[in-house]
Amino acid sequence: MTPNQALETQPVIARSPGYWHGVIKRFSRNHVAMGALIVILGLILMAVFAAYIAPADPIKGSMLRRLKPIGTPGFPLGADELGRDMLSRLIYGARLSLLMGLSPVPIAFVIGSLLGITAGYVGGLTNSLIMRTIDVFYAFPSVLLAVALSGALGAGLTNALISITLVFIPPITRVAESVTTQVRGLDYIDAARASGASSYTIIRVHILGNVLGPIFVYATGLVSVSMILASGLSFLGLGVRPPDPEWGLMLNTLRTAIYTQPLVAALPGAMIFLTSIAFNIVADGLRGAMDVKS
Amino acid sequence: MTHFEPISPLSVLDPRDRGGPVQPLLTIQGLKKYFHSAGNSWFGAQSVVRAVDDISFVIHKGETLGVVGESGCGKSTTARLLMHLIKPDQGEIIFDGEKVGIDIPLTEFRRQVQMVFQDSYASLNPRLTIEDTISFGPRIHGMYESKARLISHDLLARVGLDPSRFAGRYPHELSGGQRQRINIARALAFNPRLLILDEAVSALDKSVEAQVLNLLQDLKEDFGLTYLFISHDLNVVRYMVDRVMVMYLGSIAEIGDGETVFSTPVHPYTKALLASMPSMDPDQPTREAPLSGDPPNPINPPSGCRFHPRCIMAEAACSQKRPALETTRHKKSMAACLLQNRDTPIPFPPIKVSGQ
Amino acid sequence: MRPIIEIENLHVTFTGRDKPVAAVNDVSLQVEQGSVLVLLGESGSGKSVTLRSLLRLHPEKSSTVTGRIVVDGHDIMALDKSEMPALRGKTISMIFQEPMLALDPVYTLGQQIIETILCHEHVSPQQARKRALELFERVQIPSPERRLDAYPNEMSGGMCQRAMIALALACNPRILLADEPTTALDATVQIQILLLLKQLQTELGLSIILVTHDIGVAVEIADRIAVMYAGRIVETGTVKQVINNPCHPYTKGLLSSRVERAGKGERLTTISGSPPDLASLPQGCAFAPRCPLANADCRKTTPVLKMIDQGHHAACLQL
Repeated sequence: MTPNQALETQPVIARSPGYWHGVIKRFSRNHVAMGALIVILGLILMAVFAAYIAPADPIKGSMLRRLKPIGTPGFPLGADELGRDMLSRLIYGARLSLLMGLSPVPIAFVIGSLLGITAGYVGGLTNSLIMRTIDVFYAFPSVLLAVALSGALGAGLTNALISITLVFIPPITRVAESVTTQVRGLDYIDAARASGASSYTIIRVHILGNVLGPIFVYATGLVSVSMILASGLSFLGLGVRPPDPEWGLMLNTLRTAIYTQPLVAALPGAMIFLTSIAFNIVADGLRGAMDVKS
Repeated sequence: MTHFEPISPLSVLDPRDRGGPVQPLLTIQGLKKYFHSAGNSWFGAQSVVRAVDDISFVIHKGETLGVVGESGCGKSTTARLLMHLIKPDQGEIIFDGEKVGIDIPLTEFRRQVQMVFQDSYASLNPRLTIEDTISFGPRIHGMYESKARLISHDLLARVGLDPSRFAGRYPHELSGGQRQRINIARALAFNPRLLILDEAVSALDKSVEAQVLNLLQDLKEDFGLTYLFISHDLNVVRYMVDRVMVMYLGSIAEIGDGETVFSTPVHPYTKALLASMPSMDPDQPTREAPLSGDPPNPINPPSGCRFHPRCIMAEAACSQKRPALETTRHKKSMAACLLQNRDTPIPFPPIKVSGQ
Repeated sequence: MRPIIEIENLHVTFTGRDKPVAAVNDVSLQVEQGSVLVLLGESGSGKSVTLRSLLRLHPEKSSTVTGRIVVDGHDIMALDKSEMPALRGKTISMIFQEPMLALDPVYTLGQQIIETILCHEHVSPQQARKRALELFERVQIPSPERRLDAYPNEMSGGMCQRAMIALALACNPRILLADEPTTALDATVQIQILLLLKQLQTELGLSIILVTHDIGVAVEIADRIAVMYAGRIVETGTVKQVINNPCHPYTKGLLSSRVERAGKGERLTTISGSPPDLASLPQGCAFAPRCPLANADCRKTTPVLKMIDQGHHAACLQL
């Protein structure tokens, strides 16, 4: 009997719990990050079921109810400058705000990773071409770049999303490039090359698995930036148009009421703050959980 | 990739053998690699690192050739050049009579020559299980997953790791010695004829190092392997090798039969290197350092004999003429020293080996 | 005369992870004034942790240290946190494995040494520079005047380690702790550094604790050796006692597995298995699972150090 046959008769070999299993286990032990994740899930549920949760119509207002303070009967969080129920507007606002915060990041993640991994793996002239082009975008502050792009494309939700996506491609490319360059220098890549693997196979098996994680963590952190940029664009009138509820836009329109009803005026800002900090904490938690050695 | 039965130690019986036992397995001729740049390439002068500067040697079938030298002597660069992980500037690599890249395609050459690296952790993909790592090579060459898996389990058993316990594990769950065994198993997955061991045991604890050295000896016999054994540890090299090559600043200082070179070194550098090893005898500790100063930088190597600024025997001629490798007096080695035939007393005590 | 360093029943446990890691378990040792003690052991044996305890370098939040450490009359464990910096550098100083990492890359070597001197003593900068120059001469750095103004990255590894030693000696400490000081260096440079340390020990009356995994290094420099395994000292004695007459099975195994002893191609004697996981140490003797002599008793009782000869102790039940 050859050794191979002897092994075939052995029982099925128990695999070690997978990498992602470990990540989830470590993440779930981080109570702060878990709390932040629950907050995010809550916000998403709130956006999805806004129609069922919101007590009033977010669009319909009444001049009689303008700028009611927090705690007014029927208006638990007050009313805005056009007499619309703040609670309902904040709940409905989650829809557009989360859309604008979440959708540019995955697209930028895909494009940026593609560019960055190519630049990092191929190196040489390709690297210089991609990275120097990216550097041009770095010359502008991200807010200014978003405003400029959005202004050039014209106001509106779609254009705002496109401009934010474009703003995020350079930083993601840069992170992807640096992580790829680092992994590429490790011995196991050399070992794979020595076994005759093609570049495609090496990237698929050895590079992707080890670089997508760090890039993903970085991108998660960008969600909060995206929300703030989107709010900024709406604030400037380049994103969502009134009367649609969106936190950034609400912050803009309520700024005139800052002296009469400061608490009500601060509410949309508080929501933006809460959401972005929740995403940041989750990103931090992920970073820790993805470190195998911890 | 069909046979996994152990090959007879006589490489003559290897079906891939072409020239018979007399023909060297690997012949290196005039190998050269300069690294340019470092520093600012736009402003200021470019510096050239002469990592490997025109070396020629052969590796015979079934032998273990050791390579020793200080850091920066070019021993690791040589290994990577042999594997074609970096492109040589100049030089020929001939594998069993066939020019690599011309007579024998690079992919086929790489199946027959494999490498084990020093850093056992960096040379394993942290996201792949052990069996996936070992079966990666066979699979990319078209083997079915189930077969590749069986082979990986077989190899795990061969390197002394129980497949049922280790196959599904990840690198970070293993100790350094276990990881190095995995690296060896991965290299063996191609049934190679030449295995390059680049400081493969240097990072291991001494008690584990001994285990891995024993394993390497066994595998050599079982698989009919030829080793290129690179190490900075002369004691390990003395124990492992048949022939040894001493490198200094990108060139060969001395090469020849291991026991001869270790017992009667000819090149002053070999003598100094041997005398620098700790004495291991508490009654006779080393009293004086055989070499002063640090290994010089290969960026601007000295003229003439590379070693002359540190050599206590050096004469005026040494700084002008670069010595070529010449057969030494006892015929069993070659040394590159202008003064090798001079009757100068050996300035260093020969290496002391306790227990002999 | 009282020993300059006395450690009694030192325990160090790291609590940062899921399971507490018992890195040092009941270590007691003494170092005589002006002698070299080598802590010899493999990775995870607790040798570096023991060394770092002397300077209280372990993070207080994630480690618990118990026991008594008396260094040159100072009770280290009882000292207030604010008193430690005065002790570091002045009484005890330390050198590390990677001098390149231990030296600050943005200051010249001279600046770093002068800074250290000025920090501890009231002297003028000129005097401090003069002292720095003397230190460079003492550690045998060629053209010291020029090297004082060099940055660490301009120097080779061996020169950096010499500069590191000069920096450690800046305030005339009485004790030098060395954590694998030659491991990153070539053999030709290693022997130079070891001889330098030996010379400093005799000339300045320094007491040195040196941590290494390399028996050869220990033989070259040690007066006494303490062999560590799984956080315990398993054997201690003078270098001759331990090397010429090893008594603990682990020490015996280490010495007989050396390649220097074997003829070419002979099978090496090895210690089977691998060192234990410090987070779940076995009951009894930690070496028992790998020990050829172990019996049921060894797996129950933890051995204590037994005297074999004057100054030679080993912790094994089979002795």
